Amino acid sequence: MKIGIPKDGRFGEFGGKYIPETLAPAIEELEKNYLQIRNDKNFKKELGRLLIDYAGRPTPIYFAKNLTKTIGGAKIYLKREDLLHGGAHKINNTLGQALLAKRMGKKRIIAETGAGQHGVATAMACASLGLKAEIYMGYVDTLRQKQNVFRMELLGAKVHAVKSGSKTLKDAINEAMRDWITNVDSTYYLLGSAVGPHPYPLMVRDFQAVIGVEIKKQMKKIPNAVIACVGGGSNAIGTFYPLIDTNAKIIGIEAGGKGVKTKLHSAPLTAGKKGVLHGMMTYLMQDNDGQISKTHSISAGLDYPGVGPEHAYLKDENRVEYKAVTDDEVIDAFLILTRTEGIIPALESAHAIAHAIKISKKMKKTESIVVTLSGRGDKDIDIVKEYLAKNVKNKRKI
Amino acid sequence: MSRIKEKFNQLESKKETALISYIMAGYPSEKATISAVRGLIQGGSDIIELGFPFSDPIADGPTIQMASTESLNGGTKIDNFFSIVKKIRKESNIPLVLMTYTNILYNQTYLKFISRAKQAGIDGLILPDMAIEESKEYVKAAKKIGMDTIFLVSPNTEKDRLKQIIKSASGFLYMVAVFGTTGVQTKIHKYTLDALKNTKIAAKGKIPVGVGFGVSTEKDVQKYVSSGADAVIVGSANIKIIENTPTNKIQTRIATFTKKLKNKTR
Repeated sequence: MKIGIPKDGRFGEFGGKYIPETLAPAIEELEKNYLQIRNDKNFKKELGRLLIDYAGRPTPIYFAKNLTKTIGGAKIYLKREDLLHGGAHKINNTLGQALLAKRMGKKRIIAETGAGQHGVATAMACASLGLKAEIYMGYVDTLRQKQNVFRMELLGAKVHAVKSGSKTLKDAINEAMRDWITNVDSTYYLLGSAVGPHPYPLMVRDFQAVIGVEIKKQMKKIPNAVIACVGGGSNAIGTFYPLIDTNAKIIGIEAGGKGVKTKLHSAPLTAGKKGVLHGMMTYLMQDNDGQISKTHSISAGLDYPGVGPEHAYLKDENRVEYKAVTDDEVIDAFLILTRTEGIIPALESAHAIAHAIKISKKMKKTESIVVTLSGRGDKDIDIVKEYLAKNVKNKRKI
Repeated sequence: MSRIKEKFNQLESKKETALISYIMAGYPSEKATISAVRGLIQGGSDIIELGFPFSDPIADGPTIQMASTESLNGGTKIDNFFSIVKKIRKESNIPLVLMTYTNILYNQTYLKFISRAKQAGIDGLILPDMAIEESKEYVKAAKKIGMDTIFLVSPNTEKDRLKQIIKSASGFLYMVAVFGTTGVQTKIHKYTLDALKNTKIAAKGKIPVGVGFGVSTEKDVQKYVSSGADAVIVGSANIKIIENTPTNKIQTRIATFTKKLKNKTR
């Protein structure tokens, strides 16, 4: 079930490379170079050093004692990716890919971003490695994540607000791909999630797998359950992959928005159908004609109609269970964690916390859950404030 | 023999290059589409390429993106699209090619979609995000039903890959003229002309080679015709005319424009 290098870029039936012909040589070049450096000792050493000295790895595993006590069930541990440089797990991947781009002799880096975390992490990696960065971000997201836009600009990146389509993450990816098609020779596309054509899902997973590898080392025994949030699914696949061949229960949490029975969510694994988008075959939110649906999530980083192909595969293999939690549950989890532990989680990560709270109640006190806290929530405080003002009935109101 | 092949044979005997004209179905309305098609036929277009809109058209530039969005907002569905095709078929025997994205077919299964398309009167398919590696099932379904599979090749497509694509392609080869999306107007690059030459050599006369993306003026058409293209494909330029023309004048204006372009292919 554990797939190292996917044959023909496929995880089971999922993945592949559905790309415009102009990108074919670039993808081929990328695949060749990546497979070469994947086992290159010098590359590993250089990246390893950057992850330690620059990004702040390893990140701690923190036993959330107060949260555990408040919920009264299994022990909840947090994998603190929020403590990384930039405040999210995204830097694990951007350092890896930026280093690869540099080795390939590419000087111009483009990237998409949803909440802005991947954009910031790309801008940081590029600043530190002397590369030029241009970031595509949906116009709607630039409005709800203004602070990250300015951070990227401060870091020397150029931010393009994308006004086509639904003006969110998927459209940012469309626009980045169009840029890549146009500037294919000079430009490296630094994709931020475990999505897109092969070899991106493989590459992003490999660079993020450091999360799961550390969890395995840091926990005295394999946890009973492991939980991570899933948008495109990069922190989740990084958490899950090294634990696939253990007996841990693995759960991925999608953005249930206003409920998966409404159309206002971003949960393709829970409520989607197989299809082809952004170079991959995977589960997608789409209508009967195959048009990609508009999505909704309180967190910009999960607001995406597709999901990484390896997740689609792990779902169909029944190795990972995928569930969705609603915006309301997320805000509640956000507040509980903030109050009990003094840790403000990103709204994306709060999805995983929300599900941990749900299941820990039903588990034994001797059992353990590891939740990947993929990022910190400073970027989200305005959204939470606005939400609380509109939903005065929330029982944990300030 | 497919309508497309028959058309190329006729043109060859007249020593003419094919003019392939693209419009987006349902943009800005079904009525406008029918008028535009009449204009294209009247103006002498040889093959009509009908776009079916997709929500995420990654290979398209701003003009066709806009037309896709407007068409979808206007309520274009696959059912309407096929009914437009059937209406056109009642009036004309002109080869009709459908350009859309892979997910639209995948959603219904290749076989089911392609047989519906065939039944409605479509002769060939263009899917800009269908890479040759992923095309086995699609090509098999199309062969079974007798639908031409028109693949895209790019100026940076390598020789071996080109051979592989030619093996799976039928109808014609769609050579993308520029590194970029549809509708980007630039000068004609030397690399494009070189690529055209190489693609023609690889095609060995077994399949016609059409050039598209950024082809919009009489001068562009003339240049590619004199460089040996078997077909020139004009898209965004038609969309721009439709964008700026009231529905009752679309047929005439499109006919006038198309006539000018067609004259350069004779």
